Amino acid sequence: MPKHSYNPQAAVRAYLTVFSCLMGFTALTVAAAFVDLGPMNNVVAMAIAVTKAVLVAMIFMHLRGGSPLNVLWISSGIFGFMIMLAFPLLDLLSRNILGIPGK
Amino acid sequence: MSEIASRLQHHFADEEQQYDAATFGMWVFLVTEIMFFGGLLMTYVVYRTTFPQVFAEASHHLNIYLGTFNTIVLIGSSLTMAMAVHSARLNHRNALAGYLVLTMILGSVFLGVKSYEYAHKWHEGLFPGNFFYDGPDAVHQRLFFSVYFALTGLHAAHMIIGIGIMAVMLRMTLKNSFDENWYTPVELTGLYWHFVDLVWIFLFPLLYLIERHG
Repeated sequence: MPKHSYNPQAAVRAYLTVFSCLMGFTALTVAAAFVDLGPMNNVVAMAIAVTKAVLVAMIFMHLRGGSPLNVLWISSGIFGFMIMLAFPLLDLLSRNILGIPGK
Repeated sequence: MSEIASRLQHHFADEEQQYDAATFGMWVFLVTEIMFFGGLLMTYVVYRTTFPQVFAEASHHLNIYLGTFNTIVLIGSSLTMAMAVHSARLNHRNALAGYLVLTMILGSVFLGVKSYEYAHKWHEGLFPGNFFYDGPDAVHQRLFFSVYFALTGLHAAHMIIGIGIMAVMLRMTLKNSFDENWYTPVELTGLYWHFVDLVWIFLFPLLYLIERHG
């Protein structure tokens, strides 16, 4: 059982607020996809997705008010995932930049 | 008190430590899930970086209305799951059972829409294989649909498992297995279900919303 005293009204209010925000962000991300922002389209879509993910993780998944160890662990996991994304891209995006075949 | 004492395993100091250990264990599992989906996302990133235009065109074969509808359904199911955990915490047995059933229904609606989309893609010849359509850039479009079916298929498999776990939770609820001092399995089921929602939050824009303008 969690250590903190539980306020049922506040919890339900938080869940409903997060739900409304998630709905709003869903509408926003669909609307944004139809606007030509050039390369920024991807940035906007991912920024909205990350915001939604943080809301779900903090409130629905009780990271807020839970053990700090959980936050530390997930942050390390996401950092590991970022390394997995970054290093292959480093290779992919830097191929042929010297104009020398094979380099 | 006898109930509480029976729930506490001897290797934990107290209930709180036991609960923290259980949730931490679940988060450890969820990070392995990030890596599981991460490998496929990496594939997506590499191919999309290499063939951005083909990915945009292939993405337009997906039905944005069904995708948006499913996103709303899944977020709704996350709310009902959060309410299920909330009810378990307050030991409201009937509410817990009701919210679990509601979450299972919403999950099934998502899977129903998804299977309709799959059937549609199959008939359009967009399932990678021998019958893949031979339009412009078919070879590279096939890459998009391979990644699409792998990612959404893995996600759907997680949802089917999640609904199965919720059926077990429902059975335990009806057998009075939970009270306000011990509802850890419901909390962990919630974490799993919200994670499935989190994955979809990223899959939806990555697969459905590429270059929709113009």
